[in-house]
Amino acid sequence: MSEHDSSKVVKIHEHLHSHLPSESALRVKALETLLVEKGLVDSRTIDAWVEAYTDEIGPKRGAHVVAKAWTDPDYKRRLMEDAPSAIDELGYLGTATAHLKVVENTDKIHNLVVCTLCSCYPFSLLGIAPAWYKAAAYRSRAVRDPRGVLKEFGIEIDDEVEIRVWDSTAELRYLVIPQRPDDTDDMDEASLAKLVTRNSMIGTDRDLKPDTQGLR
Amino acid sequence: MNDQPASLKPLASTDGMAAFEEPWQAEILAMADTLVQRGLFTANCWSDALGLAIKEANDRNEPDTQYTYYQCALIALERLVAAHSVIKSADMTERRMDWENAYLSTPHGHPVHLK
Repeated sequence: MSEHDSSKVVKIHEHLHSHLPSESALRVKALETLLVEKGLVDSRTIDAWVEAYTDEIGPKRGAHVVAKAWTDPDYKRRLMEDAPSAIDELGYLGTATAHLKVVENTDKIHNLVVCTLCSCYPFSLLGIAPAWYKAAAYRSRAVRDPRGVLKEFGIEIDDEVEIRVWDSTAELRYLVIPQRPDDTDDMDEASLAKLVTRNSMIGTDRDLKPDTQGLR
Repeated sequence: MNDQPASLKPLASTDGMAAFEEPWQAEILAMADTLVQRGLFTANCWSDALGLAIKEANDRNEPDTQYTYYQCALIALERLVAAHSVIKSADMTERRMDWENAYLSTPHGHPVHLK
């Protein structure tokens, strides 16, 4: 093999094993390195954000808020009157919850949250929005046919229950307080928080059970 | 890694899907949130730009998938950065090529650096 040929083989080998990222990943890398160079973002901040929102935050904070509202009437009153301040009491205030409204399910009312424009969502309380929340099918049908959407999630709402659909914006996002399950009088706040599902805080889940693990 | 979409229909079938299918998707939201917090653009600007990109994708009949959503988020972020900072679209294209060349010229197993 000539020197030219062996150099060509090495090049082909390198190419095959280069593991070139996808087009989108390359564009994101380009954007991030430019923003870091210009001092507009810090790569450690980005890494910390990704780690926190991929693994840690999830809907646990929202479940804590709900369980506290169930067990502490004064807290619930503050939460309903001024949600950002009440969220801040627990240390969960973030940019996505600076303008937050809390809506409560009752026997006669079911609340469902959507963002018809894009995907506005209280992510510092609930983590990153689920795939379906970002789908055009949900964004259009939640307003037009909320009962049909709820059926897809296995939730049948009686005709006499009013469904209120809340359209989120960047300036006003929503958190649903689901009804506290029956037979949970002896449970403490931490145990109750485990019963709260992410979907119940968006409105695609309704009747929580005392024996189910939440945070789905 | 590939860019294959996953179906989003029916809605509930995606309920257990991870919020991010690939790391670059999380990085887009991290950059957008950081830039909103820094005040480079407002949360409203981000929402409007993302909404517009989603509408354009819908008008092009792109599949209603999480992959399409994050593509739209990337387009929205690139547009906002170009509109609100000294970084322009040509800089992004050039830097993207620099990264591609860096990957192609780095043997497997070695860290990839820009030259």
